[in-house]
Amino acid sequence: MSGGGGGNGNGGSQHHHHHGDDEMSHLSEMDARVKALESLLVEKGYVESAAIDKLVDIYEHQIGPQNGALVVAKAWTEPEFADWLRKDATAAIHSLGYTSRQGEHMVAVFNGDDVHHLVVCTLCSCYPWSVLGLPPTWYKSPPFRSRAVIDPRGVLGDFGLQLPDAARVEVHDSTAEVRYLVIPQRPTGTDDWNAEQLAELVSRNSMIGTAFADEPQ
Amino acid sequence: MNGGADLGGMQGFGRVVEEENEPNFHADWESRVMGMVVALGACGQWNIDQSRYARESLPPANYLSFPYYHIWLEGVQKLLLARDMLSPEELAAGKAISPPIEVRATLKPDAVWDGLHSLTGAADRPEEQAPAFELGQQINTINHHPEGHTRLPRYARGHVGVISKILGFHVFPDSSGNDQGANPQWLYQVQFTAQELWGPEKNPKDVVTLDLWEPHLVKT
Repeated sequence: MSGGGGGNGNGGSQHHHHHGDDEMSHLSEMDARVKALESLLVEKGYVESAAIDKLVDIYEHQIGPQNGALVVAKAWTEPEFADWLRKDATAAIHSLGYTSRQGEHMVAVFNGDDVHHLVVCTLCSCYPWSVLGLPPTWYKSPPFRSRAVIDPRGVLGDFGLQLPDAARVEVHDSTAEVRYLVIPQRPTGTDDWNAEQLAELVSRNSMIGTAFADEPQ
Repeated sequence: MNGGADLGGMQGFGRVVEEENEPNFHADWESRVMGMVVALGACGQWNIDQSRYARESLPPANYLSFPYYHIWLEGVQKLLLARDMLSPEELAAGKAISPPIEVRATLKPDAVWDGLHSLTGAADRPEEQAPAFELGQQINTINHHPEGHTRLPRYARGHVGVISKILGFHVFPDSSGNDQGANPQWLYQVQFTAQELWGPEKNPKDVVTLDLWEPHLVKT
């Protein structure tokens, strides 16, 4: 997969070493700066460090793509729920308790043989935190944000997805407080799987549109 | 504004590279910045649109090269100074010199989970009039280049699209991000063909949707 990884000649590794030093000093500079800011904000009574700890813990362990995977698995196994998602994704997703921030208004888009949805935020990093957690770096970075709208098929190619020309690509640029969740196609050969098993096949990327759901092993 | 954040359609950044098994945070400071920015929301000194504007108005070279949580740090620091929550002298000294300003609340650890799930960030407001456009209607986007905050990106200005969903009556960021109040407006999903936005060589089936407010749209 990582075709560029093998090319570490001497020059490359020297460069890498040098770059590493810069990165370390930048890191410690940022750590020091952020620590100083946090202690100042605590001293002034604007934040409590224990609340920050709690927020970090929640996004590390409790709110993440496992939420979205359960939404998708439920849509695959319960046609009424899939209909609800199509008509009012906000209510359907909130009914599962996924009401946290950056999920206040939801739209679910369904992939099929003739249409593939891809979600982006060209202007910042809008992302459905309530069902996917915090966005990965690539989602927030210029290569994806710039190119998803002008060359979505090229971006999908970067992720190893080739779509037939006959399939329509729908890109959704999240310019408002509406968050988009892609419902990937259910893999074949999973007819007798239950929702819990199916959720294991639903990756974060498949709910952004940069992957298909995993095939059963 | 036509700043470093308005990236749609820019070229030259190369392919999208995914880090395998990427952690949520690459260093402690990133997690502290995320937590601080979310926690400071409880103070009620700015809205989400003002915080987006604080980030996107960074010098473009910085915006394009800083790690994302560094952009957040610069943005929140700008707001803390602008609201007199901190002074430059306090930032330099790393300690409080003057008393704090009065804020709406300080987020308590016990209130974090419920606060996150309170839906207080909802952007919809009671409808004040009927929508001016209907499903399937063809519209034109306006051509504007404001120096302040706008959610109509450069690549979608002055183009023909079709109303593909009516999403509700929502706070208008082009007002609220510019300190001009919520000014809620009808919000629509608007669909553009890839050929309309990018030219005839694009796949004729492909489309891009944006969520845009009534003041961004005019009848064709």
